[in-house]
Amino acid sequence: MDSMIYKRKWPLVIFLIPAFALMTVFIFYPFLMNILNSFQKVGSLGTGPVPVNEAGDMFWTGNYEKLFTDKTMGVAVRNTLLMMCATVIFQVGIALLLALLVDSIRKGAQTYRTIYFFPIVISASALGLLFNMVFLYDGGMLNEFLLRIGVIGRDELGNPQWIDWKDRSHAFFTMIVPVVWQYVGFYFVILATGLNNVETDIYEAAAIDGANGLQRIRFITLPLIRNTLITCLTLALIGALKVFDLPWQMFPKGIPLNSTYLTGTYMYQQTFAMQNVGYGATIAVVIALMGVAVSQLSNLIFRPRDI
Amino acid sequence: MELTLYKRKKRFPVGQTVMHLCLILWALTTIFPFIWVAVSSLKPSAEIVASPFGIPAHASAQNYLNALNRFNIPKAYLNSLILSGSVTIVVILFGSLAAYGIARYRFKGKSLLNMLLVASMMFPAFSVIIPVFRIIRNLNLIDNIFGVALPQMGGNLSFAMIVLIGYIRSMSNEIEEAAFIEGCNVFQIFFRVVVPLIRPALATVSIFTFVWSYNDLFTQLFFLRNPQSFAITRLLNEFSVSQGVPDYGLLAAAIVMVVLPVLLVYVFLQKNIIKGMTAGAVKG
Repeated sequence: MDSMIYKRKWPLVIFLIPAFALMTVFIFYPFLMNILNSFQKVGSLGTGPVPVNEAGDMFWTGNYEKLFTDKTMGVAVRNTLLMMCATVIFQVGIALLLALLVDSIRKGAQTYRTIYFFPIVISASALGLLFNMVFLYDGGMLNEFLLRIGVIGRDELGNPQWIDWKDRSHAFFTMIVPVVWQYVGFYFVILATGLNNVETDIYEAAAIDGANGLQRIRFITLPLIRNTLITCLTLALIGALKVFDLPWQMFPKGIPLNSTYLTGTYMYQQTFAMQNVGYGATIAVVIALMGVAVSQLSNLIFRPRDI
Repeated sequence: MELTLYKRKKRFPVGQTVMHLCLILWALTTIFPFIWVAVSSLKPSAEIVASPFGIPAHASAQNYLNALNRFNIPKAYLNSLILSGSVTIVVILFGSLAAYGIARYRFKGKSLLNMLLVASMMFPAFSVIIPVFRIIRNLNLIDNIFGVALPQMGGNLSFAMIVLIGYIRSMSNEIEEAAFIEGCNVFQIFFRVVVPLIRPALATVSIFTFVWSYNDLFTQLFFLRNPQSFAITRLLNEFSVSQGVPDYGLLAAAIVMVVLPVLLVYVFLQKNIIKGMTAGAVKG
């Protein structure tokens, strides 16, 4: 590190400036500016804030007060929290299950890895359209499948009683399924890699001591991949906050009746369609705060331990 | 031989067949929707609704012709290529320069820079987009593919740098020393010695950056409004919003056209892609 090459410091400027200039202009400055905007009244996109005296002199906390009275924001926050639960339980859960299975088969692990990971590289726009066709009311893949296996019945006239996957009682489920499905492969690969690194000697010792398969998983495998598992949980929680493309593609503008907004999609709607840019900035601050809170919380709960 | 032995000892006492069945079941949920859409794209819309699982009665490319007629798809591909290509090149160049500086030099404020990098990876795009919009508008880059490229570059640099810093730190600097003694200056060392050595990490980062940029709808929604400027992901969003009775055959054809290039890239580069997209995470 203390090599002669790096004694003279001036070249460092040339190494660092391009990247950090770009990041300052497009990440750090906007982040701070967004916090400032969240305390201001800003009308349409691309314009500056309304001067304080025109906005009413005590506007400072106006956007934040609105947060608490805005019912749709409440729905968006609730949906986002539910989305977090779903990603933690199902994304990481299914991924763990599949990783444990793949770890104990003899052939084909690489093939499964390739197939499972594939949805992650597909644009959410394409997936959104695809799932719109899967969940189609009349002639959709899922409804037709359920009809064939007899879950969907027919009425007296013989017409199938299709399920409307996008009505109020099904919409949230229909939104969550593709999001969960898309990223299972991501956590699967991380967990499978973690499992691969577990020493095999320890299983032999456990087998000699008479541990059965489930005991081995519970008392040996899971503790050994604890840190990897925690990484996955934290990534899944933060990932749930960033979800935008798929829900927006399938349920634009929170249809039906504002019931499917997430914090991200609601922020977009307020900013872009409703021209409440200041309020949009406030929601963006809330999203960032939720991210900080979630990562701090998960640090606290699953503090990494050395084994 | 060794491998099978070790696998047998590690095996859990559920039959191999049952385990494969479970794994294949999930694999089917991944593959089947794509095959279904590909088959549907060869049918007229009415037939898709009437017999969703049927083999096309008269397979035809009519949906593809309709899609090509109604939307300027080649132009959107070109826009996507320019967008993601330029983002990737800039991120790789600026990212590796900065990563080299941070990995090898000692200087004041280095830990602060590191902290900023990690923090900016956590910022969701939502929390910067409004001020960024103002900047892009002042630069007169709305409806311009570079208006999307600039924010994407900023957003991808931190990930690229974190991966590259890790990679450079794990290399010993003996070769750099040797080059220095031969009389190379530090920039020659960077371009002639370091860049060739970190090529695997650069490949990983480029693939990740390219795919992410190609797929990112959020930024494209903000900055691209004129159909002439649409990149492929943005164009596809338009398909679902278009008014009137949806033409499912057309939709299916459009999905296939967007997915196909990515599928081809994926098939050839999947090892690099998987490694790249999980690299940041596995380290942590």
